[in-house]
Amino acid sequence: MSEAAMERRLHYLNVSYGVKSWLFTTDHKRIAWLYLLSITFFFFIGGLAATLLRLELLTPQGDLVQAETYNKLFTMHGVMMVFFFLIPSIPAVLGNFLIPMMIGARDLAFPRLNLLSWYLYMSGGLLTIGAAVAGGVDTGWTFYTPYSSIYSNSHVVLTVCGIFINGFSSILTGLNFIVTVHKMRAPGMTWFRLPLFVWSHYATSIIFILGTPVVAIALALVALERIFRLGIFDPALGGDPILFQHLFWFYSHPAVYIMILPGMGVVSEVIACFSRKRIFGYSFVAFASLGIAVLGFLVWGHHMFVSGQSIYAGMIFSLLSMLVAIPSAIKVFNWTATLYKGSISLDAPMLYALGFIGLFTIGGLTGIFLATLAIDIHVHDTYFIVAHFHYIMVGGAVMAYLGGIHFWWPKMTGRLYPEGWARLAAVTIFLGFNLTFFPQFVLGYLGMPRRYHAYPPEFQVLNVMSTAGASILALGYLLPLIYLIWSLRYGRVAGMNPWRATGLEWQTPSPPPTDNFEKTPIVTREPYDYARAEPQSEYAPGEVEHV
Amino acid sequence: MSKSHPRLLHHFDDPEQQLEASQSGMWLFLVTEIMFFGGMFIGYTVYREAYFEVFAHASNHLSVWLGGINTAVLICSSLSMAMAVHSAHQGQRRKIVFYLLLTMVLGTAFLGIKFTEYYHKYGENLIPGLDFAFKEGNAGQAAIFYSFYFGMTGLHALHMIIGLGLLSFLAVQAARGRFSPLYSTPVEMTGLYWHFVDIVWIFLFPLLYLVGRH
Amino acid sequence: MNAEKMIRNYVMVFVALLVLTATTTAVAFVDLGAPWNTTLALGIAVVKASLVVLFFMHALYSRPLTWVFLGAGILCLIILFTFTLADYATRDNVGAGPLAGAPAAGASARTSGTTP
Repeated sequence: MSEAAMERRLHYLNVSYGVKSWLFTTDHKRIAWLYLLSITFFFFIGGLAATLLRLELLTPQGDLVQAETYNKLFTMHGVMMVFFFLIPSIPAVLGNFLIPMMIGARDLAFPRLNLLSWYLYMSGGLLTIGAAVAGGVDTGWTFYTPYSSIYSNSHVVLTVCGIFINGFSSILTGLNFIVTVHKMRAPGMTWFRLPLFVWSHYATSIIFILGTPVVAIALALVALERIFRLGIFDPALGGDPILFQHLFWFYSHPAVYIMILPGMGVVSEVIACFSRKRIFGYSFVAFASLGIAVLGFLVWGHHMFVSGQSIYAGMIFSLLSMLVAIPSAIKVFNWTATLYKGSISLDAPMLYALGFIGLFTIGGLTGIFLATLAIDIHVHDTYFIVAHFHYIMVGGAVMAYLGGIHFWWPKMTGRLYPEGWARLAAVTIFLGFNLTFFPQFVLGYLGMPRRYHAYPPEFQVLNVMSTAGASILALGYLLPLIYLIWSLRYGRVAGMNPWRATGLEWQTPSPPPTDNFEKTPIVTREPYDYARAEPQSEYAPGEVEHV
Repeated sequence: MSKSHPRLLHHFDDPEQQLEASQSGMWLFLVTEIMFFGGMFIGYTVYREAYFEVFAHASNHLSVWLGGINTAVLICSSLSMAMAVHSAHQGQRRKIVFYLLLTMVLGTAFLGIKFTEYYHKYGENLIPGLDFAFKEGNAGQAAIFYSFYFGMTGLHALHMIIGLGLLSFLAVQAARGRFSPLYSTPVEMTGLYWHFVDIVWIFLFPLLYLVGRH
Repeated sequence: MNAEKMIRNYVMVFVALLVLTATTTAVAFVDLGAPWNTTLALGIAVVKASLVVLFFMHALYSRPLTWVFLGAGILCLIILFTFTLADYATRDNVGAGPLAGAPAAGASARTSGTTP
């Protein structure tokens, strides 16, 4: 499509201008942009905290910041990254943008609730940052009692309120997605023609709905205990701190599946497109997503093996934690089988997806080590844990997020990003990531505890490696920030389907019109139909091919 | 309702789809409320199992009369709410307003009785953190009982207050003739919410008030 | 289902709820042996709640999807309860109180923490 033709065409970005048209929008695509900008902001706050942590850890002595400050830094890093970046990232940005388009709908089921979700997210986030500015909180993102509920002298209540409000944002998003997938599918879009991206977001939404309220009540009880001195978790009154941990981890374990499932959805889409092949074992992958969501609710006690939980409960949780690895493994095998004899091209999204498969596998495998009671006794609360979850959250989820942003960037903006720079960034991120976090497996195994701002001198070399890796990783993250913004103005104009991918979202112009499709599509083909016919890449403006 | 019905939102294809989406959405929201209250219920259960004796003594300070009357009041309000929804489906404007107002009166009565109970507890020094004093057993464990009592009934009362707000909004709309057999979704959704709040109390009453009464 | 039948159902459920409330209150004052008082009270509460869900909330006449959502919520609640109680039920309750790991009630607990 020529630039002039695109200039004349109305789409969701140019249909109205002005701050009010953005702040009061109910268009799911605009709301996705609101989220994209705000989660990027919170990501950099969390990243700033991480930078200070890694700088402190260059030397064995605690010499950059005081211990209390260090505690506040890792708390802020965890809170920002978990609640205000990872949990919303793919669902609120890519899920919001794509789910209606992928199912052939004009919007989500509840567009105004969608906007409310964003405002709740912003309110919670700004309140939490306010708490940080006011002095911060030093309990760790896990808020264990009775430190958080009685003894800490930091801004627990403010922070907890921010997270609580943010929880409602999650709940409403999940509610919106589930109802949308049930009720808004275009004619012919049966459940088993849905893209796997949609399946994984459906599974994620189940967790949003069932899990989030429990952490909400857990945090509310901490706040109430602090304000009113209730004594629910106070051992002096007969309270049990482990009760808090049960309530907290009942959500926070499924939360890690909230953080990874959407990424798996992205990977399915990208692997299929850049192998020019349908996903191997589609229904297995779809059911595995549901399986992860369900089984994920049965394993939370593996975070509490050494906290005082009964040893028998520990054994049950250990066994169940092994089981939850199975659906994840099924997905990894199926992606690999998709690659086999595929026509592979290594564009940036594919680099991220391949990186995801490798790094998620390492992270997941180390999860099995940790699920083994006897091993966890030794490495719990060490850097082994830190490395484990960063492999999944950063090596997995963040890379999938970046891969998805790149893959759908042409659709969202009508522009192509510069492929050379994108590949460079992907490789830089991959290398920087591994240099940052692989040494941490060794450190943890050797016994370096987490959440300490000073450490024995023999750990210094590995810590320096880790910090060096972190600086490379930071550079890697800055690159997309720069070239993606650059591409908005100077990037090559993208057509409707620059990747020649399957999926309804590629059958409408880039950027799409506000109502997504000129006419409601009618779906007749199976998903990932790469074998049968080459999807068309260019259409005359205003003409939508029936899929 | 025809496709040009003013209440049909543009992203829906027909009114049935819109109504079913709203119903599904509200049921999902109530599921989140089940888990929200559920977190407090499991906490209460853990401590009740551990400290049953003290919990029984502590519970006996609550008034079965007031709690029982409140239960009956809420059950009446559920009936009036069901009648309000029914009237909305029938398009009987005056009955909708009447039943909504009746539900509000009963809900307010519930809150009045509840806060009277709270006031009594204040007088008896049974509010944790406010000169709490308990003679019949371990004071710490009794404080835990009362923490859950105030926490759970307080959260329930907060939901009632929100419900009253929704009902007053609805009553105004109903008086303006907004609801008809073709469109009564807000009344129906509020009805679901109100019944849920009633169900929470149905569990709270025996668990908090009727511990070890024999 | 015509209007009169629906109203009749509502009234019958209403009366049943009041009767069950009176019953559960009265029975509470009778000693039925250790677990039965609580079991009966909870059982009656479940019946009352079911009546409200089925008739007042129209679950009986709703789409199967509504049942799926409701069932998922209840199942998740059951998971929360059983797994958490499984921990408390199987702790080694040696010495101190039922919540082993917490010091005996009343004892000073403001000593240093023990978790690594």
